[in-house]
Amino acid sequence: MTILPDGRYVSDAPYDENEDLSAIERADLDMPNWKLVWRAFRKHRMALISGIFLLVGYLLLPFAGFIAPYTPNERNADYLYAPPQGIHLFHDGKFIGPYVYPTTAHADLVNYRWDYTTDKTNAMPLEFFCKGGEYTIIGLFTTNRHLVCAPAGATLFLFGSDRLGRDVFSRILYGAQLSMTVGLIGITVSFLLGITFGSIAGYFGGKIDWVIQRAIEILRSLPELPLWLALSAAVPASWGPVAVFFMISLILGALDWPGLARAVRSKFLALREEEYVKAAEVMGAKPVRVIRKHLLPNFLSHLIASATLSIPAMILGETALSFLGLGLRAPAVSWGVMLNDAQHLASIEIYPWTAIPMLPIIITVLAFSFFGDGLRDSLDPYKN
Amino acid sequence: MAILRYATLRFITMLLTLLVVSVLIFIIINLPPGDYLSNQLTELRATGQEAGIAKAEFMYHEYAMDRPLWEQYTIWMGFTPGPQGYSGMLQGDFGWSFEFDRPVSEIVGEALWLTVLVNVAAVLFVYLVALPLGVLAAAKAKTWVDYTSSFVGYLGLATPNFLLALMLFYYGHRYFDLPIGGLMAPELEGEPMSLEKVKSILVHLIVPTFVIGTAGAAGMMQRLRANLLDELGKPYVETARAKGLPPAKRLWKYPLRMAFNPFVADIGNLLPSLISGSVLVSVVLGLQTIGPALLTALKTQDQFLAGFILLFVALLTLVGTMISDVLLMLLDPRIRYGGRD
Repeated sequence: MTILPDGRYVSDAPYDENEDLSAIERADLDMPNWKLVWRAFRKHRMALISGIFLLVGYLLLPFAGFIAPYTPNERNADYLYAPPQGIHLFHDGKFIGPYVYPTTAHADLVNYRWDYTTDKTNAMPLEFFCKGGEYTIIGLFTTNRHLVCAPAGATLFLFGSDRLGRDVFSRILYGAQLSMTVGLIGITVSFLLGITFGSIAGYFGGKIDWVIQRAIEILRSLPELPLWLALSAAVPASWGPVAVFFMISLILGALDWPGLARAVRSKFLALREEEYVKAAEVMGAKPVRVIRKHLLPNFLSHLIASATLSIPAMILGETALSFLGLGLRAPAVSWGVMLNDAQHLASIEIYPWTAIPMLPIIITVLAFSFFGDGLRDSLDPYKN
Repeated sequence: MAILRYATLRFITMLLTLLVVSVLIFIIINLPPGDYLSNQLTELRATGQEAGIAKAEFMYHEYAMDRPLWEQYTIWMGFTPGPQGYSGMLQGDFGWSFEFDRPVSEIVGEALWLTVLVNVAAVLFVYLVALPLGVLAAAKAKTWVDYTSSFVGYLGLATPNFLLALMLFYYGHRYFDLPIGGLMAPELEGEPMSLEKVKSILVHLIVPTFVIGTAGAAGMMQRLRANLLDELGKPYVETARAKGLPPAKRLWKYPLRMAFNPFVADIGNLLPSLISGSVLVSVVLGLQTIGPALLTALKTQDQFLAGFILLFVALLTLVGTMISDVLLMLLDPRIRYGGRD
């Protein structure tokens, strides 16, 4: 490699007349689509990090019970509103492994709050793979092994405890199970509705298109939250947490489809004039087959990217509903339900750690936004 | 005259949409099993309060709750007269709130104007913030200005509104001595408009406007940036540069105007989300808008109150969208909806 005076790099290898100059490009062109997409996606550093984060997050969801030191509704009556505790490694200048200091609560009757004193002389090492409260993994195995537990006589509240003495950190992990899946179920519903209505409107056109389009316009012109509120208020109070959870996801999805349907419709309007569609029709393919085999695969990846981008709205929607007391209800644990406790200025001022569940919300929503942006930009590798 | 014709047409479409929406809202309101009065009646019968039963039964009849659902709808809307002089929405009779035991119009009264005020303030905020920041981000693309503003934008989109509200309230009060809660000082509530009241409302508006507007402003800013960047890459900008047009003029003379269109057109998307946000934020911050009343009404199945508020919110959105459509037509003569001549 030689550097010319003007800064260009020139290879020193002898010039070979027979070399195929398009070899590199050839390899590019022959590469399977997913490889090209991957190569483009990899360049979006934030999108890549977000994608990995989300992947790890979702894979860990079933094991929340194992990682969490406590079970979500386990109350520690002696530790109400306990502040976050740190895990220390060195005691008196000596390494003794991860340990915590025990704390004791006093009722401050002047200011009407709990005060905690930490006993800094007593280092109590954490226990690993220990026995704690019982939990089930994906509803299949019941076990009481935890990754880490507090030693007897001490507590392990990484993010403090709430007004009933429940561990905020453990509850965030359990809350992730609902809060992170609500968006996925919602988007599935919205995806199915959007594709169905969008493709019917775009493929058949005419009167049915007109009706669907008006429906889309009307739904899009209405503010979402009041409608969500009204619909969730209609969920009977007697239903169990799981039924309510599915209902809320359905409600979130049922109002989200118009945007997607509109995108599908406009694509279909353009694509149905293509020759291969005509060919398929002439050969006697039924509309369902033309739509599914010939039209949808054309832009399914784009739809997935835009679906990814609307998951954050659903996560935020669930949070808002639960926060207002119309979404998921206790004993279900979600980030919104947890924030319901942090509704008052007083709790933010005196017990700021009860608002910690906002961090996972912000991080997850940001991750989905970055991931979706990266996906959208890289899905069409042939575009310059 | 074309504009007048278009505006009229747009107005009629809006009315039709509103009609469909009213049906939709009525159905949603009646989705939960049972209704307020029946629940109350059962309770009263169980405890045997004769006077209460008579009153509730009278109301039950007066507001036509014993009729089939579609008749209830036409009576509620005021298309057909109710049994005992209840005339319905179109005649300006918004019904009775069972929960508060007062007419709906009395409960929402001032709240309607404050709701409009809060939302107009939020729209203004969105435009005032998004315009300069979006242009700046595009003009200084790929510099720290751009990255910072887009990061703040992302953060604004990702933070739940109500949390932002709580945080800002807390810190706003602590460091800038901004008032906590409400839309005016408590002693001015119910007073007639005065300079003092206006001032009090303005000070109270700062935090809510900021909170409601942030997400919208972030989205708007990103779109403006993208549009402007598209325009700036076009050959005519290059020509202008070659001819020696100063950078500022090169930016606002043509590209900005071109990028401005979606900015106005976007209000149709912006408004529903702003109004959604204002309902939520009002509940958290205790603003005297219709938000808190809506939540109570929905939780207690107070159907006339909930129905009226939902319809009002929908009307607000539809009117806003209509205005933006007409404005867009004034702004860009190339846009003509409907058929060609």
